[in-house]
Amino acid sequence: MSALLEARAVTRIYGGGMRGPRMIAVDDFSLAIADEPPSITALVGESGSGKTTLARLLLGLIEPSGGAVLYKGADIRTLSGTDLRSFRRDVQVIFQDPFEAYNPFYRVDHVLETPVLNFGLADSRREAKRMIEETLRVVGLRPEETLGRYPHQLSGGQRQRIMVARALLIRPRVIIADEPVSMVDASLRATILTSLRELHDKFGISLIYITHDLTTAYQVSQNVIVLYRGLVAEAGDVEKVVGDPKHPYTRLLIGSIPYPDPNRPWTGEEAPSPEGVGAPPEQSCCFAPRCPLAMAVCRESAPPMFRTDRYRAAACFLYREGDVVPGADIGEIMIRSNGPSLARPPAEAVELRPGA
Amino acid sequence: MRDNPVLQVRDLRVYYHTVLGAVRAVDGVSFDLRMGERLGLVGESGSGKSTVAMALMRLIKPPGRIESGQALFEGADLLALPEQDMRRLRLAAIALVAQGAMNSLNPVIRVRRQFADALRDHGEALTRSALDARIRELLATVGLGREVADKYPHELSGGMKQRVVIAIAISLRARVIIADEPTSALDVVVQRQVVETLRRVQEKIGASILLVGHDMGLMAQVVDRLGVMYAGTLAEVCGVEAIFREPLHPYTQLLIASLPTLERKGAFRGIPGLPPSLLNRPRGCSFRSRCPHAMQRCEVDAPVLREVRPDHFVACHLYEMNAPQGALQTAAGE
Repeated sequence: MSALLEARAVTRIYGGGMRGPRMIAVDDFSLAIADEPPSITALVGESGSGKTTLARLLLGLIEPSGGAVLYKGADIRTLSGTDLRSFRRDVQVIFQDPFEAYNPFYRVDHVLETPVLNFGLADSRREAKRMIEETLRVVGLRPEETLGRYPHQLSGGQRQRIMVARALLIRPRVIIADEPVSMVDASLRATILTSLRELHDKFGISLIYITHDLTTAYQVSQNVIVLYRGLVAEAGDVEKVVGDPKHPYTRLLIGSIPYPDPNRPWTGEEAPSPEGVGAPPEQSCCFAPRCPLAMAVCRESAPPMFRTDRYRAAACFLYREGDVVPGADIGEIMIRSNGPSLARPPAEAVELRPGA
Repeated sequence: MRDNPVLQVRDLRVYYHTVLGAVRAVDGVSFDLRMGERLGLVGESGSGKSTVAMALMRLIKPPGRIESGQALFEGADLLALPEQDMRRLRLAAIALVAQGAMNSLNPVIRVRRQFADALRDHGEALTRSALDARIRELLATVGLGREVADKYPHELSGGMKQRVVIAIAISLRARVIIADEPTSALDVVVQRQVVETLRRVQEKIGASILLVGHDMGLMAQVVDRLGVMYAGTLAEVCGVEAIFREPLHPYTQLLIASLPTLERKGAFRGIPGLPPSLLNRPRGCSFRSRCPHAMQRCEVDAPVLREVRPDHFVACHLYEMNAPQGALQTAAGE
């Protein structure tokens, strides 16, 4: 059975020729999202890692320079008619900026009604309204306080939750969320992440969660893919990757997270500066110029993905004892199960301490 | 340390005057910035933290206006100084590392000239070789090589630009550095480098830093004391260890509980509700509609920031019954 959505050896190159220096944004990336069981996969990387390019490739907004994106086994560039409609419906997106996704001249109702009408989800206006109201409640919004307003009258958190509602309304099979909470305040972030997580738990929708923030990736996903300069550095079970990172880049990333505890300072060395370091030669590990553990071999050839555990692999010669993951198929090392549900905190998780 | 403030802010109020009325972005903020300390000012969007920073630099633009308050710096009130005198103090005594500061470099002149202009404007007459030496030394302080001086801003990465801005900010050995979200556009790895750079240069020149931001994690790593802002006022001010160990204000408690960690899954949760409109500020405590401890009193009385434990200031009625008689009215400890 073919996967619902699959990137097969996808490469995307910007520039080159007259358009300035060649930049490989995504390099030979493969990932398959099965319809069943639904999964949550996080794509984590810094700016320039290729994560947003990947999102746009998976959505068909840009075309790959090499390889293909497949929907139910068919190259999305060849889709037409009902297949294209079904792709457009099954694969939804939530973008980073909860303001730019709206047309400021329309009330927010517009962004919710349009897909209902386009996809013929409701038989009548009343039915459409009922669906919209119900969906808003699912993401924790009160319809009477939301509908009829203009985007600028709502907070960033509310606007982003409407986007989650819009994605859910269409009942897609997979949602690609590109930095959905990076522009939202901390106190609202948790609520939106919980809504996203519920799309998976309650509605069986798969999620591709794209972020620069390993902490929220850990909170939301089962599998994580750490990207560095368009390549997969480490991938697999999020517990393994976060709890015991193998790739020196993942270690650097985790060590740089400012932990909200003054007694837990940043770990490890400050990173050797990547600045002034030009693009590494193509036949080498792209992290070698910054890597504290770089060996001679790292400057001679690019490492394949070596399996380090049942459910994790790292593209690093430190682990060359392990089997090479064939065809860089990281699907091989992904956990395929519903996974444990996000443990919901007890209602009174927050203890308040009045004055002593 | 405590009795040695470089900057004393008292009852600062900044309103933005719109057709609908005055938006009270900062509504009575008082704190001290102590000698050599790093003080954090944390808050969510709209809490007024950046407005405080801009007001202290006297860079509030219409329709914004500083309504009242004082900012005492070396015997002078920054908010009352003539513009000429304030110009002289900027950079020389109080330097700003602005939000997205890497975009504050002039894109069409080389880094060297951006240093030279800053120094010349403040009356530093240096020979060419002395200027070169000075720039080289400043760049070295922030961990950049001398070749950076000959580059245009677009030839540098975001982190390098931000370090150039820091080097300019310390070029006249300012006593106070106001850093407004200095790393908000940078990745975590680069963020750490920039912040560690800022910390090193601050310690080297003995300046005080007011670090404005929204990231509690970054604050925990960097500052000595932390002020938590909510809806234009300070909810809590205290040493950073104590505030993370035992936050007193319900907002601070919920804010800390809303932070996801890499240890426990699901052990974080949002704060229900939204901050109040600053246009029609409700009577009483501005946090009461989201507060799990709201009492009748919170609807009528706005709580005042008081010292409820040694050097721990909170604006919350929960702690007032325990406060000693004649509790201090401001964070100043006057």
